[in-house]
Amino acid sequence: MATAHARGAARVMLSPAVVVLLLWMIVPLGMTIWFSFQRYGLLSGMPPEWTGLTNYRYFLTDPAFFTSIKNTLSLVGGVLAITVVGGILLALLLDQAFWGQGIVRVLVIAPFFVMPTVSALVWKNMFMNPVNGLFAYVAKLFGAPPFDFLAQAPMFSIIVIVAWQWLPFATLILLTALQSLDSEQLEAAEMDGAGWLSRFVHIMLPHLTRAITVVILIQTIFLLSTFAEILVTTNGGPGTATTNLTYLVYAQSLLQFDVGGGAAGGIVAVILANIVAIFLMRMIGKNLEA
Amino acid sequence: MGRITLERVAKRFAEVEVIPPLDLEIEDGEFVVFVGPSGCGKSTLLRLIAGLEDVSAGTIRIDGQDATGMPPAKRGLAMVFQSYALYPHMTVRKNIAFPLRMAGIAAEEQERKVTAAAEVLNLTAYLDRRPGQLSGGQRQRVAIGRAIVREPKAFLFDEPLSNLDAALRVGMRIEISQLHNRLKTTMVYVTHDQVEAMTMADKIVVLNAGRIEQVGSPLELYRAPRNRFVAGFIGSPRMNFIEGDEAARHGAAAIGIRPEHIAVSTAGGLWRGTVGVSEHLGSDTFFHVNGTGLAEAITVRAGGEVNLHHGDAVWLTPEADKIHRFDREGLRLA
Ligand SMILES: Nc1ncnc2c1ncn2[C@@H]1O[C@H](COP(=O)(O)OP(=O)(O)OP(=O)(O)O)[C@@H](O)[C@H]1O
Ligand SMILES: [Mg+2]
Repeated sequence: MATAHARGAARVMLSPAVVVLLLWMIVPLGMTIWFSFQRYGLLSGMPPEWTGLTNYRYFLTDPAFFTSIKNTLSLVGGVLAITVVGGILLALLLDQAFWGQGIVRVLVIAPFFVMPTVSALVWKNMFMNPVNGLFAYVAKLFGAPPFDFLAQAPMFSIIVIVAWQWLPFATLILLTALQSLDSEQLEAAEMDGAGWLSRFVHIMLPHLTRAITVVILIQTIFLLSTFAEILVTTNGGPGTATTNLTYLVYAQSLLQFDVGGGAAGGIVAVILANIVAIFLMRMIGKNLEA
Repeated sequence: MGRITLERVAKRFAEVEVIPPLDLEIEDGEFVVFVGPSGCGKSTLLRLIAGLEDVSAGTIRIDGQDATGMPPAKRGLAMVFQSYALYPHMTVRKNIAFPLRMAGIAAEEQERKVTAAAEVLNLTAYLDRRPGQLSGGQRQRVAIGRAIVREPKAFLFDEPLSNLDAALRVGMRIEISQLHNRLKTTMVYVTHDQVEAMTMADKIVVLNAGRIEQVGSPLELYRAPRNRFVAGFIGSPRMNFIEGDEAARHGAAAIGIRPEHIAVSTAGGLWRGTVGVSEHLGSDTFFHVNGTGLAEAITVRAGGEVNLHHGDAVWLTPEADKIHRFDREGLRLA
């Protein structure tokens, strides 16, 4: 792509794809923006009419809105913390040579292939259920009263479920990064008198920063829109304890049949996601340059 | 102090014996070069001394103390790796200071030592750069800097110059020799380049398939190689080997004569042949002479001015007292 001619040709070649992608994005976004300014309830039986910013006012002043922001952040933050720390530990373990390495690696990746609804159901019914769940069984074994995870610690439970699904992803990325570390660097550090912990802090961790940023970026994008796990396990409850922004938009438009309010919520979510994205891009840009 | 003694040291990887039991004595302050063809176990031997590999058998002593089971950091040795193994996210300053930092030395003391090392190695201007922003030669110097600040008992170098271009290699070779003269610390240096071995070493250890073929000063190895392997390995271009009747005439299974010990003449001499390839280096000319009936080609060194062309008939005369005689097993006959 060195010459002006080649660049021009490239633009022409790319334009159909760019146009399709643009339409793909612009049309739904435009429609959502349009609906967000309409009074458009499916139950009222009235035709949609222009209401200006009313939908936004209702959505933003709804006490559930702030709860949902808080919930979204704690979900994203909690899952990121667990997957990054856990991913590093698992990657360190899997990097060791041991018998049955191949099988163990496949097993570790397995959760990633389980669909969110399925894994949430499995967790809900087979592990966390206070009557039939495995945890309740273990608790009873020790004579403790069973703990109703989804009722008493709903947010924590959902964080655990989602983290379980994303841990393999983080582990995989961090493991590949770890394996790309030049072993002579570690040996040099060893000769320089660095113990295991020093080698981890001064050599491995700096080497992993790039991979960690990638994990954080990709996971944040997906975690902001967590939905299936909440729908299947708690339905956003008890109360609004596990309602995140995505779930609130869903509740607004499809449970209360308020298309206009839902659309306004959707636009708010898009704006918030973009703010997060800008922060992340800054952070990563800095990390990837170095 | 830095006396390293290997007693019956052996190394096996799974079932493969890379180094059969060997003994070696490295005196304090000596510059010892391990040399040998690729894959002969030079790096492995160095890593055994460093403690980066465990020995399969035998004892390693450093200054008389048993170091066989000691972790690398406790042995007081510093190593310079072929890939330099600099820490890419640290500045040159931090790289050099790293061993001091690990030893818990005070910040001012660290700074003082780093500055001193940087001065010795001409790195002062680059202290705040990262390794990625340095040339190969500068990286090499940083790696050496990181080794010298520790004031180790001995330096271990694993082919430190093999990633540099020819001119830089000659420069760094001299710098390392000067460093050795100044510090007077034991240095163990691995290379497969026999020119490096000849020019730098006090003592050369020639390795072949993990075995020590010969230990001696560069000139000892040059003048009195113990066997054909050493004779062929030391010296550039290689020694010519002649078997058959000509060797039998000297009462040996094979005779060897170095290119620099053969006189070339167009008038007359002992062996007759025709000039094949000639390599003009300016100071010297190397002729590959074919058709002598003794060996496929005989390499001879002549002065830079000697002008012979492809296909010219020449006469070769070896210096009689420079002929090496070898027996059937390849051992040199006195
Ligand atoms: N970790 C290992 N596992 C199995 N075999 C090994 C291992 N490390 C080295 N070897 C073998 O040991 C032999 C000696 O290797 P070494 O690296 O010491 O050679 P070298 O003399 O340094 O060669 P070079 O000049 O190419 O660096 C080689 O045949 C190599 O295949
Ligand atoms: Mg090697």
